[in-house]
Amino acid sequence: MTKHRLFWPVSALLALLLVDLIAKPSFFKVEVRDGHLYGSLIDILRLGAPLILVGIGMTLVVATRGIDLSVGSVVAISGALACLHLSGLPDQDAVGGTVVAVGMALGLCLALGAWNGFLVSVLGIQPIIATLILMVAGRGIAQLITDGQIITITSGPFRALGSGYLFLVPVSILIALAVFGLSSLLVRKSALGLLLEAVGGNPEAGRLSGLRSGRLTWLVYVFGGLCAGIAGLMIAANTPGADANHAGLWIELDAILALTIGGTKLTGGRFSLGGTVIGALLIQTLTTTVYTLGIPDTATLLVKALVVLLVCLVQSPAFRDRVRRRRRPVPATESARAVEVSA
Amino acid sequence: MTALARVTAYRPQQRHLPMLATLALLVGAYAYGASQYTAFGSGQVVFNLFINYSWLLVVAVGMTFVILTGGIDLSVGSVVALSTVLSAELLGEQGWPAAAVVVAVLAVGLLLGTGMGALIHYFEIQPFIATLVGLFFARGLCLTISTEAPSIDDGFFTVIAQTQIPLPGDSHVSISVLIALAVVAVAGYLLHHTRFGRTVYAVGGSEQSAVLMGLKVARTKVSVYALSGFCSALGGLLLVFYKLSGDPLSAIGTELDAIAAVVIGGTILSGGSGYVLGTVLGVLVLGMIQTLIDFDGTLSSWWTKIVIGGLLFAFIVLQRLIARR
Repeated sequence: MTKHRLFWPVSALLALLLVDLIAKPSFFKVEVRDGHLYGSLIDILRLGAPLILVGIGMTLVVATRGIDLSVGSVVAISGALACLHLSGLPDQDAVGGTVVAVGMALGLCLALGAWNGFLVSVLGIQPIIATLILMVAGRGIAQLITDGQIITITSGPFRALGSGYLFLVPVSILIALAVFGLSSLLVRKSALGLLLEAVGGNPEAGRLSGLRSGRLTWLVYVFGGLCAGIAGLMIAANTPGADANHAGLWIELDAILALTIGGTKLTGGRFSLGGTVIGALLIQTLTTTVYTLGIPDTATLLVKALVVLLVCLVQSPAFRDRVRRRRRPVPATESARAVEVSA
Repeated sequence: MTALARVTAYRPQQRHLPMLATLALLVGAYAYGASQYTAFGSGQVVFNLFINYSWLLVVAVGMTFVILTGGIDLSVGSVVALSTVLSAELLGEQGWPAAAVVVAVLAVGLLLGTGMGALIHYFEIQPFIATLVGLFFARGLCLTISTEAPSIDDGFFTVIAQTQIPLPGDSHVSISVLIALAVVAVAGYLLHHTRFGRTVYAVGGSEQSAVLMGLKVARTKVSVYALSGFCSALGGLLLVFYKLSGDPLSAIGTELDAIAAVVIGGTILSGGSGYVLGTVLGVLVLGMIQTLIDFDGTLSSWWTKIVIGGLLFAFIVLQRLIARR
């Protein structure tokens, strides 16, 4: 069972939840209040939704041996543009205006994703540098959109994206679930996932077997931009408002952590969307756990560093080999062979 | 051959082209500034670049070694902040002597760097992830030690911070500038005149070939991260000399500035090609852009980021074009 690739991340997640349960026996309680689901577990899912979204987009990018550092900036740009449009409306509660704001923001994010894809697939620039450009410039663009101010909004329909409920369940969870479901269906029930792994595993072999790897690469960056855009809207709706400096800060790092924890290889060729979701939930649970235990929140980063280090070490084959060798000085196969020879 | 013929016959080597482009950009930006603002023409503007960015220069030099081996170090900003917080804490709360504080801060940087290097080499954790853990860990330590930014009034630190070294033409530099230039000189020597330096390039070119050639890959890989940790700690000390305070939230995003400076300086992010001198030019270009925007006065601060992004794009495309020819 320990061989299953999700064994360690799931165990780590369960261990954290167990710690929470011991510290606060009512932690697992989920109740219905005013027609809404309430509880710590629901909060973890609700607050983790943006990271899950960004993580799903990033996973497909990483599957093609790429990386997208710009998602944090895209998150900020998406929220900034939507809030700028909303703040200029005479009636912020108008559904029509909200739809236009959301459409504009997502449209821009698609274009930003296409820009990344263009740099990587057409100009052939290394993904880490290609997306570094937008990572640096993007936060400047977001500040340009908001004119350096924090734009606050009051739009009811827009805020529902972050804190609204539909059939008892928070809307943000439903959106994350829908994106996860659709993308899993697409990559696992069609050949798309296989093709992505082929592009990431060995681009040259993929090209020789007739793959349009350029088009696929372009596609994953556009999808990554779209996911980051939705996450940006969610974060802005939760705030509620646009903070160009802090919205999505370090979310690219968290997303990359989430997928690494979930067993997706940064070297491409193997990915797991489910693993990324587990990884994202692990990171969010960690933050919640630190609060539950009453550890001062200044130590959150410290705890995060240690837990991530532990999970990465346990998953590292090199580390496991070393530990095993220390336990058994002579590897079993070698000693067996020695016996055979002497016999 | 006459001197003139030698000049006109000069064709730069291809691998020098990105660096020469950066130099041209730097000179061009300075000339533009001097033509627009009279105060810009004084030599002090150039010296101020060194004074204001000596700390970033030291950090970027460390980053150059890491990037030359094909790695990356995301932890530098956090280590810089940790150095400033540690300096303030040890000098103020603990009352340590200044010399002991300097040694302790540098040792912590070296230790953190070595730890990350060991994780990367011996446990095969991706440089990106290992140094990301370092980023969180060092920033977490900062916030655990102090959430405020106390100022530093230690005699030794104040003297270093305030001493001005006069230069001809009514200008001056700070002691930090001399330290940064010394670091650049040592780094240049290490990289271009020692076995260690050649191994750094070899590992960046192809790690597997380097292993097969019998080069000391393990030692070199761990060393470059140790070196980067040390440079970040030293950069942190220079930042303390510059600001005389220890702020746990300082230097956020420094890793991006350092990486941008290295790339603009002509070093290729996949490793194996680049120069320390290019990194110096890269840092000066970043500083020059900021200075131009400051002088203009009407442009908002976010234009710095947008312009740096544009420059990154231009230089990366230039490198692609050179590589394709």
